[in-house]
Amino acid sequence: MAKVKHESRWYPLESGESVLDGLLRQGVSVPNSCRAGACQSCLMKAVRGTVPEAARVGLKDTLVAQGYFLACTCRPPEGTELEVAGAEALRVPARITSLTLLSADVLRVRLVTDAPFEYRAGQYVSLVRADGLARSYSVASLPREGELELHVRLLPGGAMSGWLAADARPGDAVQLQGPVGSCFYVPGRPEQPLVLAGTGTGLAPLYGIVRDALEAGHSGPIWLFHGARVPEGLYLRDALRELAERHPQLHYRPCVLAGGSRDVAEGSLDVLIRTECPKPVGFRAYLCGDPQLVLSLRKKLFLSGLSLKDLHADSFLPSAPKAEVVTNSPAGVR
Amino acid sequence: MDTAAAMKSVYEQIGGEPAMAAAVEVFYRKVLTDDRISHFFEDVDMERQAAKQKAFLTMVTGGPSSYSGRDMRAGHAHLVKHGLNDMHFDAVAGHLKETLEELGVAAPLVARVLAIAESARADVLNR
Ligand SMILES: Cc1cc2nc3c(=O)[nH]c(=O)nc-3n(C[C@H](O)[C@H](O)[C@H](O)COP(=O)(O)OP(=O)(O)OC[C@H]3O[C@@H](n4cnc5c(N)ncnc54)[C@H](O)[C@@H]3O)c2cc1C
Ligand code: FES
Repeated sequence: MAKVKHESRWYPLESGESVLDGLLRQGVSVPNSCRAGACQSCLMKAVRGTVPEAARVGLKDTLVAQGYFLACTCRPPEGTELEVAGAEALRVPARITSLTLLSADVLRVRLVTDAPFEYRAGQYVSLVRADGLARSYSVASLPREGELELHVRLLPGGAMSGWLAADARPGDAVQLQGPVGSCFYVPGRPEQPLVLAGTGTGLAPLYGIVRDALEAGHSGPIWLFHGARVPEGLYLRDALRELAERHPQLHYRPCVLAGGSRDVAEGSLDVLIRTECPKPVGFRAYLCGDPQLVLSLRKKLFLSGLSLKDLHADSFLPSAPKAEVVTNSPAGVR
Repeated sequence: MDTAAAMKSVYEQIGGEPAMAAAVEVFYRKVLTDDRISHFFEDVDMERQAAKQKAFLTMVTGGPSSYSGRDMRAGHAHLVKHGLNDMHFDAVAGHLKETLEELGVAAPLVARVLAIAESARADVLNR
């Protein structure tokens, strides 16, 4: 049996159980969302004892050096004794400054942090509510803008999005943890063509990245594809169209599955991308949003010649359901 | 080919690590578009999959590899359970050959690589 010590109490783990599941099962509150090692909401710090390598995959070296690990992917072997602490030290207090609907189901949330918060446009943060509820959101603003901007899709029954839409008010205190992710613009090859694609609020990081690239003087073509089911699902259309008018190298291509028009293409996103960028060899790509879409676009772009090192993607994995039972995954499936 | 060249590994002769990185992408695209075998190479994490293939290519070209026959066996055991057989092995070997040819590797060197790959057949298929 492995056991975990948290705030001077020991908690036994069942065989194969993650630190996150074990603590939650025994009533300890730990922020979490994807439970798949992607969002980093569940960061904890090992004060004593060793953590399996798998629980540190994707963490920045500076976090690893301080003993941080992901509680959801940490399954200590039998006999391990681990002493852990929360990641409160990594969280920055912040206040909501405004809540504005950008479309029927996309809410723009602006925040200011009470302490300096360094990030790159396109990275994501964990938004942590006072009671510990945590969800990841990509940052749509630029660091120089002062306020942080998130685009939150309103989901029926959504814990965080529902709260933001109905109950949160400007002035409310929250915390931010992060930033995380390598989906950001890196200067150095200003002539390299870029392709940015996302559906729904997958636009949030792309909105940051595209403006970051333009401000950095990117001169090569920048293709921005934004997909939605219907035209009402698109947002920031005017802002992006104006941006494209000011920057001839920017090609903004909104796209819907139904209800297209002169300005909005109709059809699937990958077909549109293939039409506009038939040979993306040597391009750099940023793909964000729906996990299925990100996965399939990534593969298609790679197969059409884009190099893996030029593919940057963030999948917006949903939060994992609460009453998760620990199952043994079938052999051969990982 | 002079004797010195013959002594050098194919890995060194084709340009070492940078050449391997290029070869992996060419090879990976081939296996992903081959319906007979693509399902063995589908992985949510494309970087992880590419890293595995790089280890394989490094081994069969005689580069610095820590891959042993035992690892080969263990690494493919679950795929063999899912039906991995000679047909799949031949398909992969075919793509390996084409990849090297496309990268301009000379025929005798390609033959050497394929011979090394062939010697791994029993381990890969867990026989
Ligand atoms: C790296 C990363 C970046 C992200 N960036 C953003 C972002 O910029 N903007 C944004 O809006 N979201 C983003 N997300 C998703 C976000 O973290 C939350 O999962 C999402 O806001 C739902 O949280 P909630 O508490 O409102 O709903 P929950 O209470 O978690 O879920 C409510 C219900 O909706 C279902 N559900 C969850 N997601 C979806 C979905 N996509 N489609 C349909 N049903 C769903 C759930 O299964 C559940 O039944 C990101 C996620 C990750 C991992
Ligand atoms: S990384 Fe652990 S909950 Fe998302």
